[in-house]
Amino acid sequence: MTSLLVIIVLVLLAVALWQLTKIFDLTQVGSSSDDSQVASDNDNNIQGYIMFGFLAFIYIFTIYGLLKWGNLALHTPASEHGVLVDSLMNITWVLIFTVQAITQGLLYWFSFKYKGNKNNKALFFADSNKLEAIWSIIPSVVLAVLILYGLYAWNNIMFVDKDEDVIEIEIYAQQFKWTARYAGPDNVLGKANVRLIEGINTLGVDMSDPYAQDDIVVSELHLPKGKKVHFKMRSQDVLHSAYFPHFRAQMNTVPGMVTEFAFVPTYTTAEYRELPFMVEKVANINKLRAKKSAELIADGGTGLDPYIFDYLLLCNKICGASHYNMQMKVVVDSPEDFKSWLGEKTTLAQDIKAAAASEKPAEGEAKTQDSTIQDTVNAVVDTVKAAVAKVTMK
Amino acid sequence: MSAEAHDHAHDHEHEHHHKDTFITKYIFSIDHKMIAKQYLITGIIMGVIGVAMSLLFRMQLAWPEESFKIFNVLLGDKFAPDGVMANDIYLALVTIHGTIMVFFVLTAGLSGTFSNLLIPLQIGARDMASGFMNMISYWLFFLSAVIMLCSLFVEAGPASAGWTIYPPLSALPQAIPGSGTGMTLWLVSMAIFIASSLMGSLNYIVTVINLRTKGMSMTRLPLTIWTFFVTAIIGVISFPVLLSAALLLIFDRSFGTSFFLSDIYIAGEVLHYQGGSPVLFEHLFWFLGHPEVYIVILPAMGLVSEIMATNSRKPIFGYRAMIMSVLAIAFLSTIVWGHHMFLSGMNPFLGSVFTFTTLLIAIPSAVKAFNWITTLWKGNLQFNPAMLFSIGMVSTFITGGLTGIILGDSTLDINVHDTYFVIAHFHLVMGISALYGMFAGIYHWFPKMYGRMLNKNLGYIHFWITAVCAYGVFFPMHFIGLAGLPRRYYTNTNFPLFDDLQNVNVLITMFALIGGVFQLVFLYNFFSSIFYGKKAVQNPWKSTTLEWTTPVEHIHGNWPGEIPHVYRWPYDYSNPNHDVDFVPQNVPMKEGEEVLHH
Repeated sequence: MTSLLVIIVLVLLAVALWQLTKIFDLTQVGSSSDDSQVASDNDNNIQGYIMFGFLAFIYIFTIYGLLKWGNLALHTPASEHGVLVDSLMNITWVLIFTVQAITQGLLYWFSFKYKGNKNNKALFFADSNKLEAIWSIIPSVVLAVLILYGLYAWNNIMFVDKDEDVIEIEIYAQQFKWTARYAGPDNVLGKANVRLIEGINTLGVDMSDPYAQDDIVVSELHLPKGKKVHFKMRSQDVLHSAYFPHFRAQMNTVPGMVTEFAFVPTYTTAEYRELPFMVEKVANINKLRAKKSAELIADGGTGLDPYIFDYLLLCNKICGASHYNMQMKVVVDSPEDFKSWLGEKTTLAQDIKAAAASEKPAEGEAKTQDSTIQDTVNAVVDTVKAAVAKVTMK
Repeated sequence: MSAEAHDHAHDHEHEHHHKDTFITKYIFSIDHKMIAKQYLITGIIMGVIGVAMSLLFRMQLAWPEESFKIFNVLLGDKFAPDGVMANDIYLALVTIHGTIMVFFVLTAGLSGTFSNLLIPLQIGARDMASGFMNMISYWLFFLSAVIMLCSLFVEAGPASAGWTIYPPLSALPQAIPGSGTGMTLWLVSMAIFIASSLMGSLNYIVTVINLRTKGMSMTRLPLTIWTFFVTAIIGVISFPVLLSAALLLIFDRSFGTSFFLSDIYIAGEVLHYQGGSPVLFEHLFWFLGHPEVYIVILPAMGLVSEIMATNSRKPIFGYRAMIMSVLAIAFLSTIVWGHHMFLSGMNPFLGSVFTFTTLLIAIPSAVKAFNWITTLWKGNLQFNPAMLFSIGMVSTFITGGLTGIILGDSTLDINVHDTYFVIAHFHLVMGISALYGMFAGIYHWFPKMYGRMLNKNLGYIHFWITAVCAYGVFFPMHFIGLAGLPRRYYTNTNFPLFDDLQNVNVLITMFALIGGVFQLVFLYNFFSSIFYGKKAVQNPWKSTTLEWTTPVEHIHGNWPGEIPHVYRWPYDYSNPNHDVDFVPQNVPMKEGEEVLHH
């Protein structure tokens, strides 16, 4: 509050000073005026050359950037549709770089070439329907091609055929972690709602739904290679976005509704690690990490582990303070490995039963005589808490 | 007829205007020129705050979790203990930076300044249609700016759900501390801001339609006026929708309604909300949010067109095509909002529709870019600082606009959505471009505002450093985005996958810091020239439009005598029928002179 007051006072002072000088200024008369602050031929000449220099800067910086940072961009897509996305991306990039090089070239070249001079007169060239038709039609045709390709790809990616053979997996988002639920042998996810969240049933699965009985909840996502995975996504609190960069896949998770995305993984984690570009990328990252690690150890801290590549699911929609650390490891297995991995997991129904069995004796002990007093105290505390919460909300 | 009646009323009013007090002249002024200056100064102050915030979080991104004394000084012990920026305040800085730059600098600061200054002067009117409403408009804007700044000082921190304030994050204080009082103040500030903006826009529209001087037909309007006019129309259409979204959000937050919220379990309890949808909010928000970027960029386009023609000593190429493309952009801008929502969970079929309409915008945009380039061709270019910024604007508009082809395509958006690629794209195409447009406008019309000239050499330094730094910041950022780095991450050290991006982040921050610090050159030039700049002549840039026929000293009613009549279009530069290289709009056609343009 003090700092606010100080700032207000400073601002008011500044305003007052400014107003005062303004008045003095109005009383001042007769200082000379000339065109010394208008560009002279000399200025035009110098600025014209700098324009040309800037064009060179843009070209060189672009080429430098492509060489130096080009390999940072995501490489080989790890999903079937990713290939389609990347080929459209590459076509678009060719177009963009061509247009960029030509238009920036013309813009700065003209700036250089037609730099002003007292003796020159500009050409009165007000319009030309022909030229304008050309640069309306060419972009239209090019864009039509891009739009058609894009829509073709989009419809392929976003619509899952009803009778396609898919595995259903639920991606469940909450601040600040991901959970996955497999549909089990019946391949149908049981119903769920956040109102049913209780104990270890943290996803609010409706355990009275027969389809829910074989559902499996895990905190590390495994996917089988070569099989279409149909994700159903839910969120329990705020918007999140399930972003799988290597699979070219992303979809927001929205509280109160189920969103979907489907893709076919094409490389197992082990295979993807072996791709030459990835080997190089990981080596480079580990070089950087080793350097940083050495610095940390020198400062008396702990070093960094070397990096091993894993697919990741990231959160890509601002979701709160720890948004920057909401991630889940994704593993793509061969179909056999996937089967045996999933086979080892217990179902949610079993987990709930086991938890109930281990809790029961403990609960029995707690039910002593003073439990009623405890309950009353708890109730009072809860009411007060609720009231306080209400007041602070206001 | 009505113009003459108006004339008369004002001539009459004139005699009473000598008893201006300090307050009526400088504070509660109803003179459009003074209001323009008020908008500009407020916009500049907000701009300094907004840019400073970006420098702070850029430092955090380059040197994550490192200790800087300046963080502790500016953010306090709560948000930067020992000089290490906390993740809460990082999100708050990002949010308020976005809000301030988009609304307070590039909407109010840009449109407010130049629409107010130029509409009456360029169409030949004594003042705005309603000077009083104009004054209210400014003071509401000022009030909203003050409230927004006050929100920085609330206990739990300012709004931090991103400038797009998507619920439920923005609706639930349990989800993020900034969604408490900070968010309430944000919403109140925006509601007032929208009221201000609507009053301004209505005024601009009415003034352009009704108060043009004799001979000033719509096809003789300078392109600046066309863009201000169209911008005001978009604002009137779309801002009320944001107001409704803000009001519904206030209801959800404070009165327990469920417009945007449903099935929420947070902090260990189920909330009562049922049946609402956050996607509805996204629709309402972007129904303004997308036109908003055109509200920001169209005035800049108008200023640049005008300045380019003047300094090329050449008519703007394709005057009618420029008007048509502005209209086309304005129309399309209201039916493309869904491209921000391809992955929001809305029906993918809508994604197809919005991809189609979005990519269509590239056509009028391409027409504009090519027309600007052709305007330079065979010109006699006068490189005043305003001209440099205009050329820079075309350059960044093209660079940023081209990547829009990627983001507007739903298929490609899947993988770059909400990454740094988006940040690079929109900062170039609307942030930097609109800022360049604003700078161009300031350098060009400073003599009209203050009767003095800005120092040109400082202007040259300002432009070139800014130009290099703008590319230096945003060009490498594309690569970080293509690597898949999500935006609004406090740090990416939790992902070894992104470790190789750190060096690029450092480079970006270096450019940002240099670019940011060099804006002081502009600030110095601006504020010192107000008092000590060279006195301006009446028409320093040898321009054809009407504002340069008014005296250098500001007077109420703009012209001491009769309002000039208009006989020709605004771009008679280097007209072969005349010896001088510019013919002002108020010069009658010579006998037998033909109109040389369509």
